Amino acid sequence: MANITNTPESAGSNLMARALREAFYAGLVALGLFVLFVGLKTDQNILNELILVQRWGLLAIFVVIAAVGRFLSVAYIRPFLARQKVTNAVTGLLPDSVATRFFRVPIVVVAAVIAILLIFAGNAIAAALPAVLVPWVTMIRALAIIYVLAFGFFYFRVYIAAHFNTLAIIALIFYPPVMVYFFGYQGSLKYVDNFGIQILIYVMLAWGLNIVVGLAGLLDLGYVAFYAVGAYSYALLSSYFGLSFWVLLPMAGIFAALWGIILGFPVLRLKGDYLAIVTLAFGEIIRLVLINWTAVTKGTFGISGIAKASVFGIWSFDVSATNNFAKVFGLPMSSAYYKIFLFYLILALCLLTAFVTIRLRRMPIGRAWEALREDEIACRSLGINTVTTKLTAFATGAMFGGFAGSFFAVRQGFVSPESFVFLESAIILAIVVLGGMGSLVGIAVAATVMIGGTELLREMTILKQIFGPDFTPELYRMLIFGLAMIIVMVWKPRGFVGTREPTAFLRERKSVSGSFTKEGHG
Amino acid sequence: MALETDTMTKDPILKVDHLSMRFGGLMAINDLSFEAYRGDITALIGPNGAGKTTVFNCITGFYKPTMGMITMRQKAGKEYLLERMSDFEVNRDAKVARTFQNIRLFSGLTVLENLLVAQHNKLMLASGYTVLGLLGFPAYKKAAAQSIEQAKYWLEKANLTDRADDPAGDLPYGAQRRLEIARAMCTGPEFLCLDEPAAGLNPRESLVLNELLRSIRKDTGTSILLIEHDMSVVMEISDHVVVLEYGQKISDGNPEHVKHDPKVIAAYLGVEDDEVEEVIEQIEEIAVAAPGDTPK
Repeated sequence: MANITNTPESAGSNLMARALREAFYAGLVALGLFVLFVGLKTDQNILNELILVQRWGLLAIFVVIAAVGRFLSVAYIRPFLARQKVTNAVTGLLPDSVATRFFRVPIVVVAAVIAILLIFAGNAIAAALPAVLVPWVTMIRALAIIYVLAFGFFYFRVYIAAHFNTLAIIALIFYPPVMVYFFGYQGSLKYVDNFGIQILIYVMLAWGLNIVVGLAGLLDLGYVAFYAVGAYSYALLSSYFGLSFWVLLPMAGIFAALWGIILGFPVLRLKGDYLAIVTLAFGEIIRLVLINWTAVTKGTFGISGIAKASVFGIWSFDVSATNNFAKVFGLPMSSAYYKIFLFYLILALCLLTAFVTIRLRRMPIGRAWEALREDEIACRSLGINTVTTKLTAFATGAMFGGFAGSFFAVRQGFVSPESFVFLESAIILAIVVLGGMGSLVGIAVAATVMIGGTELLREMTILKQIFGPDFTPELYRMLIFGLAMIIVMVWKPRGFVGTREPTAFLRERKSVSGSFTKEGHG
Repeated sequence: MALETDTMTKDPILKVDHLSMRFGGLMAINDLSFEAYRGDITALIGPNGAGKTTVFNCITGFYKPTMGMITMRQKAGKEYLLERMSDFEVNRDAKVARTFQNIRLFSGLTVLENLLVAQHNKLMLASGYTVLGLLGFPAYKKAAAQSIEQAKYWLEKANLTDRADDPAGDLPYGAQRRLEIARAMCTGPEFLCLDEPAAGLNPRESLVLNELLRSIRKDTGTSILLIEHDMSVVMEISDHVVVLEYGQKISDGNPEHVKHDPKVIAAYLGVEDDEVEEVIEQIEEIAVAAPGDTPK
């Protein structure tokens, strides 16, 4: 009865009261959680004494964020979403209605004007403003650009969905020239190297691991070992024997594949958790060997001065070489050419990985991998030798890890065991799981979001404005990584792309819902 | 006496000799010998816990028997000792296919893909162990097209053509049973072992299944061994019935013979303590009266 007699106003005030109450509780919980984490900090003073630093201001910010967030969520966001559901049901615009309201032409025009204005006049405006406001100008510019781009994606979404692969490859091919055009050779380094190459390395690693985890359903926590094998194969063989990158790239792949088989043999009988533990141990063993076999690997010092790759031996990127790329073409000296070359190299390696994976899925071996993930006993009853099937999965996945490893060595010019810690394996696995096991597009998106997102955090000087000058956002990237994973797993438990594309069809290609596919038992 | 001559002319495809399987202290199968004949549908029946599925797992290589010999003789005359082979070789080399009591489909793969996985070894060879196929050699493309034709044939037989592009896990139970049989047939077996194919099916689905099994035998000449509890299926389609109890064979013969065997009746229905003597007497009487009635 009480519900019926409620007038809208009293419902509104009830909501406000509830929102305030929940905000208060949220603030209280945040205070309780963060008082020791954030409010107090142990430190050393000048006399090497342990002192307690009090950071009540920072604590207050955390509490306020929690309380305000809860208030907004209860008072505005949830009622909005509830109304949205009703509107959606009435108008029948179920998935698109929020987006169509969000991407309206007048807003786009405003955003486009702001973006163009700030792109061309942003520096002048920033110079005129006090230093405190400069990051805000950059942020508004970035947001405006992102909005306009998102509108473009939304407007052409049907076309993009139909031609996603082609468009993505074209965009990636034109990415370095566009960046050079906008930011100059030196300025483009950040975008080509830190974003482009970094993301593509992880895309390739995740696609390699996808064969083992996503297709064959074998949980591998030591994948970074193959990355290390590839990197050290190149580093050692090029510095001891002076072999070139193009000889060592396939060799690194073969070595890694051999190690994949070596790992594969003892774990053939293991499943699930046991398999995960043994692969984890394998990853650590490789790293410990690299640390302790100092006579060959130089231990924790690592191997430095690794030779650069050349364009198939025709043009070199060594400054002293006579066939130096810049000298041959009469260009000014810059390290950007090498980075752009590396970008195209890793792009080609990624495309090779994708091509082979797509091809393999349609071959008997690829189908056997997926069948193995679904039911190993049924596989054996159909005459499939599960031993060789598992070993080929390990070897193929490891081979791509090896390729990526030798590329890593060539890009860094330096390898040390510290690059191959367990965290790397965990990140690669997280990307595979977040992207949706087995889906190449989903994994590429996940790698872009995760690796690009953490790189982007370094650029967010605006956070320093909020949290004070001591705040180093990149230290929080793992926190944000974890947060993003939780959000994705709640929102889409099967990853970004949870459906599976069948490898053959009679009448029409229907995606298989994630609820039917299995994750594998090991 | 007619049965005697029957067995003489029949050519055994599978011979189980003195098979025993021990799990710790439990003797699951105890000195079991029987034969399945080429072109027959042989049924293996018995009360729960009689060891039927254990016999199956021994035949198909999933268990290694403690003792005994299992010989599979192919049409071409080649003989395989199944107890020495591992599970996947039993299918790949000896051409013995099986299904499972609890259906084991690849639920995330489509119906068609399930049937393609079953043709793995053939396709693997055609693709030059993946290498030639990866390079796009036409031989693999031809073999792949053929394998789809083969799958289509079995889809038609199992009446699943309309569902070919749906995930196998999405099919109703009866269709999953038929798909599992079709998948086993896609491996091109000479001997098909079905573990309770009618379990959980309604009477109408059972009839469809009977039809499918008959047509498999008729069109491909595949011999069938099945475990079944559903007597309507057993009596309807099988040519030869072997009855197990406590890991031992208690009866062996055509369905009519087995149906009236007092030992079988006793095993299935049980007897009162005071009737035991009577039943044993009856059994002995029959044995004396017609020694040729129980083959071997």
